[in-house]
Amino acid sequence: MALPCSLNRYLLLMAQEHLEFRLPEIKSLLSLFGGQFTNNQETYGKSPFWILTIPSEDIARNLMKRTVCAKSIFELWGHGKSPEELYSSLRNYPVEKMVPFLHSDSTYKIKIHTFNKTLTQEEKVKRIDALEFLPFEGKVNLKKPQHIFSVLEDYGLDPNCIPENPHNIYFGRWIADGQRELIESYSVKKRHYIGNTSMDAGLSFIMANHGKVKKNDIVFDPFVGTGGLLIASAHFGAYVYGTDIDYNTVHGLGKASRKNQKWRGPDENIRANLRQYGLEKYYLDVLVSDASKPSWKKGTYFDAIITDPPYGIRESTRRTGSQKEIQKGIEKCPESHVPVSLNYHLSDMFFDLLNFAAETLTLGGRLVYWLPVYTPEYTEEMVPWHPCLKLISNCEQKLSSHTARRLITMEKVKNFENQDQYSHLLSDQFLPYQGHNSFREKYFSGITKRIAKEEKSSQE
Amino acid sequence: MKLLTHNLLSSHVRGVGPRGFPLRLEATEVRVIPVEFNPDFVARMIPKVEWAALLEAADHLRLAEVPKGPTQGYEQDETFLRKMHHVLLEVEVVEGTLQCPESGRVFPITRGIPNMLLNEEETQT
Repeated sequence: MALPCSLNRYLLLMAQEHLEFRLPEIKSLLSLFGGQFTNNQETYGKSPFWILTIPSEDIARNLMKRTVCAKSIFELWGHGKSPEELYSSLRNYPVEKMVPFLHSDSTYKIKIHTFNKTLTQEEKVKRIDALEFLPFEGKVNLKKPQHIFSVLEDYGLDPNCIPENPHNIYFGRWIADGQRELIESYSVKKRHYIGNTSMDAGLSFIMANHGKVKKNDIVFDPFVGTGGLLIASAHFGAYVYGTDIDYNTVHGLGKASRKNQKWRGPDENIRANLRQYGLEKYYLDVLVSDASKPSWKKGTYFDAIITDPPYGIRESTRRTGSQKEIQKGIEKCPESHVPVSLNYHLSDMFFDLLNFAAETLTLGGRLVYWLPVYTPEYTEEMVPWHPCLKLISNCEQKLSSHTARRLITMEKVKNFENQDQYSHLLSDQFLPYQGHNSFREKYFSGITKRIAKEEKSSQE
Repeated sequence: MKLLTHNLLSSHVRGVGPRGFPLRLEATEVRVIPVEFNPDFVARMIPKVEWAALLEAADHLRLAEVPKGPTQGYEQDETFLRKMHHVLLEVEVVEGTLQCPESGRVFPITRGIPNMLLNEEETQT
């Protein structure tokens, strides 16, 4: 029953975590479903209330079937900075748009949500009564109404400073909730097979959304570990490949990562993880392979590459080396060749990753990966670049007082030709990039203290 | 390892380049596991398949009923797509080897997982 109308305004109620990651997630999903991101505010900042225009309700519903950053979406009928402004705004909303949801055969209820304040039942009822001027003709049904309308009152973000009156009040028709329940149902706590660095479930879904993963895509993780990132993509209908240099992890052997558990059990491997969630049909294969020396044929067949490369802290960065260096601590590995343990400089690893993505991604396909940064020295110029890949977003997650990681999303916009491999050497960005190589040292050292001491002594 | 995967793999031994494809497949243990048929996904894969390599690998596994190439209008041809679905996704090599056609280097497949690691001396610079 879509009415022919110009772009509708919607209110997104956002969850208040992973703040920087929210806007790129929504933008990526809107572009996936044919919407284009247009908004009436320059930035949303920390606010959980986002007003945006979306071409159709279908697109809005599709968005909510994917997002883990948004709690709910409402068709916005009115808003204001005071009740009077709200009511006036509601009176300006076209009646013909309201009528389909208010007619006498329908049932409805009105909910009051307040953010950063609690209201008494009496106060809530007063607010509902004040909306009597709206042309509701249907019957109230509190248990199973056909339509739910919500009043949302914004009392700011500071729990220590709650205003008497709300900053903003919104009124809208509830359309759908987002996918935040996935965070609990896919929680790493309940997963059969985990590693020391398994990705938090919420972030793994955000990564799949930044990657614009869709049904029937092929998604690849070259540092697959225990397969956590593949699970999110498989949940969204993509078929998945993974590789890792660590034989034991790929096979599900060796020491367990859970407290109180010594060795990994037979149900602990990547395939079993997908099976746990009913996603085994999306499992293509996993291979033991060195991401710096990939074994894929020439061609473009990955729709997305979504990965969390090692930072050299909790898991080492490795690539295959000469027989002289044997890695310590490999258990139960019958094969003689894990001739490993060359220091794989982080900057080389990202260079290899971007080149690989440029070569094997389909045009329009995305690369999503974490970049570890040493915060005191970080600048935007350090983010690796490639002539075939366009930077889409760069979102920070703090790890400690002086370290962070950034979720980088890039999109392939140009086909790969051989000479692109070397163009990074021509860039003066090459030098700052080297800073990543000593990330491990900086992470562990008290270098911040030393810098502070040096600054102090230079001022004296 | 599925035959779709075999079709995407190439040897990266130093110096072999494109002559590293396709890897020669031998299997000592194969199993067939049912996978839910998704015609859209199979149809998407058809243009990416190198048929000669697929036929050779299927032959080494002694598979019957392998289509010799895409049929006209294959996107709607359910019989064709079901056969391709079976060949590409339901046949798995549990134990076997992949051999580089140029250098002879052998990569083992154990518990369904190929091990493509090489020593430093063997790889491309």
